[in-house]
Amino acid sequence: MTAALRQLVLRDLRLALRQGADAVMVVMFFVITVSLFPLGIGPELNVLARISAGVIWVTALLATMLSLDRIFQHDYEDGSLELMILAPVPLEAVVLAKVAAHWLVTGLPLIVAAPLLAVLMNMPAEGFATLLVAMLLGTPTSSLIGAVGAALTLGARRGGVLVSLLVLPLYVPLLIFGVAAVDGAITGLGVRPHLLILGAMLAAALPLATWAAAAALRQSQT
Amino acid sequence: MQRFANPTRFMRMANAVLPWCAALTVVLIAAGLYLGLVRSPADYQQGETVRIMYVHVPSAWMALFIYASIAMASATALIWKHPLADLIARASAPVGAGFTLICLITGSLWGKPMWGTWWVWDARLTSVLILFFLYLGYIALNNAFDDPTRGARAAAVLALVGAVNLPIIKFSVDWWNTLHQPASLTRLDAPAIHSSMLWPLLAMAVGFTLFYVTVLIFRLRSEIVAAKIRNLRLVQIGG
Repeated sequence: MTAALRQLVLRDLRLALRQGADAVMVVMFFVITVSLFPLGIGPELNVLARISAGVIWVTALLATMLSLDRIFQHDYEDGSLELMILAPVPLEAVVLAKVAAHWLVTGLPLIVAAPLLAVLMNMPAEGFATLLVAMLLGTPTSSLIGAVGAALTLGARRGGVLVSLLVLPLYVPLLIFGVAAVDGAITGLGVRPHLLILGAMLAAALPLATWAAAAALRQSQT
Repeated sequence: MQRFANPTRFMRMANAVLPWCAALTVVLIAAGLYLGLVRSPADYQQGETVRIMYVHVPSAWMALFIYASIAMASATALIWKHPLADLIARASAPVGAGFTLICLITGSLWGKPMWGTWWVWDARLTSVLILFFLYLGYIALNNAFDDPTRGARAAAVLALVGAVNLPIIKFSVDWWNTLHQPASLTRLDAPAIHSSMLWPLLAMAVGFTLFYVTVLIFRLRSEIVAAKIRNLRLVQIGG
């Protein structure tokens, strides 16, 4: 089974690399949107430092959301999803493999780009390490929750707008604790509880979101 | 449970219950409003504004109760493929969204004189706002497919995922330091509220629940008729 799943992850990665533009576009969206904020709010450095964590988190979640249709949409359209559902490998494991590939293609580049944006937003240096750890814990959760939304909206009318309506409310806890962790590091109030909650959310999303996404995929094939 | 899977039998029963439900709704809400607005005392701290409670608190309960009903009906629909459970979940959602909106609006009207602001981003208010968004997402997903059964099943999965939010709302006032006060009624010891305020509150709560049942029966009736019309059309096209 592990061999099959490894093949699935490699296949998704290969597809993403050969099509190329998608993953780069997600990071470009992230960078451009964050750089709009200093232009919109004004370049006062202390204001930017205050809002930096929030802006980076909100934009990272939006970027993840924009990339959600790549998890299942192509496979749904060309029929390979049907074969994956029929395959002897449990569908939950297939979902996990596809989410892992999605995270490698979109989540990881966001984490790599985040420190650069933190510099642009004048984030105090104490926050950098925490921002990275928080995003490392938070972006897999956002991919997992997003997979549920992506699976539910397969074949829906105006699926793209709909997925934001479904997924963004569920992203709120991630945003709250992700920003609270970075703010805790900057003000010196402590980081551990927030990171623990982010970790707990990842631990809860791993089984629950994979189960829900698999259930949604099964009922999409009717 | 399967006995009520037959829509005709279910509707015959529901129609028998309906007039009683409707009459009791009117009586209880009228009594609750009279007791709450006229007979009950003003609060020694909050003055007359405390009377917002008689609408705010029951509608908050209903918002949670209806979402829990939708989640349970969705689970029933997914596990046992019960044909009426889908319809009940679908018909409940707009009522629940309405109660959530009433809860948010009355809460904000109450917050202005008491807290000095229409809105604060504390845990209780934020989590109820998310509940409202979940209701909207549920309704949107239900209507997003050309095939209504497909929409109902997708929405059922979403309802179960969103149920994570219910305990967060309930316990948000205990887990975090919120501006919103903690529960006064559902405590292990005696409720921290005087009986002159408790009775109108309970009358309103039961009245709101019966209102939900009444509206649910009306909406179920139209859902069942709509399904019948759809099936007749399909037969017409097929034949």
